[in-house]
Amino acid sequence: MKELSLHILDIAKNATQAGASLVEITVDEDILKNRLTISIKDNGRGMSKELLQKVKDPFTTTRTTRSVGLGIPFFEMAAELCGGKLSIDSVEGKGTNITAWFEYDHIDRQPLGDMPSTIMAAVTGSPEVDFIYRHVICGKEFLLDTREIKKVLKGVPINNVEVATWLFEYVSEGLNMLRR
Amino acid sequence: MKSLQELEAIRNKTLNEIHMRNDRTEGIRIVVGMATCGIAAGARQVLNALVDEVKKRNLSQVTVAQTGCIGMCRLEPIVEVYMPGEEKVTYVKMSPEKVARVISEHIVNKKAIKEFTVGSAEQQDKEERE
Repeated sequence: MKELSLHILDIAKNATQAGASLVEITVDEDILKNRLTISIKDNGRGMSKELLQKVKDPFTTTRTTRSVGLGIPFFEMAAELCGGKLSIDSVEGKGTNITAWFEYDHIDRQPLGDMPSTIMAAVTGSPEVDFIYRHVICGKEFLLDTREIKKVLKGVPINNVEVATWLFEYVSEGLNMLRR
Repeated sequence: MKSLQELEAIRNKTLNEIHMRNDRTEGIRIVVGMATCGIAAGARQVLNALVDEVKKRNLSQVTVAQTGCIGMCRLEPIVEVYMPGEEKVTYVKMSPEKVARVISEHIVNKKAIKEFTVGSAEQQDKEERE
């Protein structure tokens, strides 16, 4: 994977697979402190202590189609390549929080990439799950809460292509405002 | 600027379309594999292209959905097409360019593209091995 937003999509998918009803994605670009922090938090089934111990091992997976799981190892490698770290907090029955931080200006840091596409894919891929997406750039914040959006949609599915396109454009414009 | 008011307008328009459509006609489902393997191979761009094409052509009977690992990671990105009353068609090694063809030839003109299917990819592999 060549951009961090793809890792975010991958980990967010894990969160929905874990039966979460709410997934919180936070991206914090703190350029002054030279730090990029990404966290994906869910209220899914969480991991047992045993699973938590071996979850960073590529030969650990919950999928049944094959016995390799590379999502977390890829994300961890991306963080460690640029002086950062990945940590996982998980409580069985409560949920999981995966946080990775990166040195913002490290030459090996992958670009954040296309966040609007990631958010659109995550939200429309699991229409029954709610998402909160918070993106902070030097203290300025963009916030998307799908519970608010679903209130407006009143029954029209959030994965309708018109709605998906609106979501993409809404996030794009919101992030552009932050970068201005 | 995109706003919640605009979203409300989209909602009203979509509801009208749902009412206009005869509810007995079952829709077409297009499903993209979105596990680590799919995402790493470009499934997100494929999804974007599907949403774009379906919206552009106003195909309101088509749903674009996602699934996990389909089990043939080396052939990702994978897209499955479910037409009512027909067998599922599995397209492999998809790209945004191939999406445009699948939408126009298969979804609109109802003719599956054989050369993009998993069967054709496996045949090719077999020939290369021989």
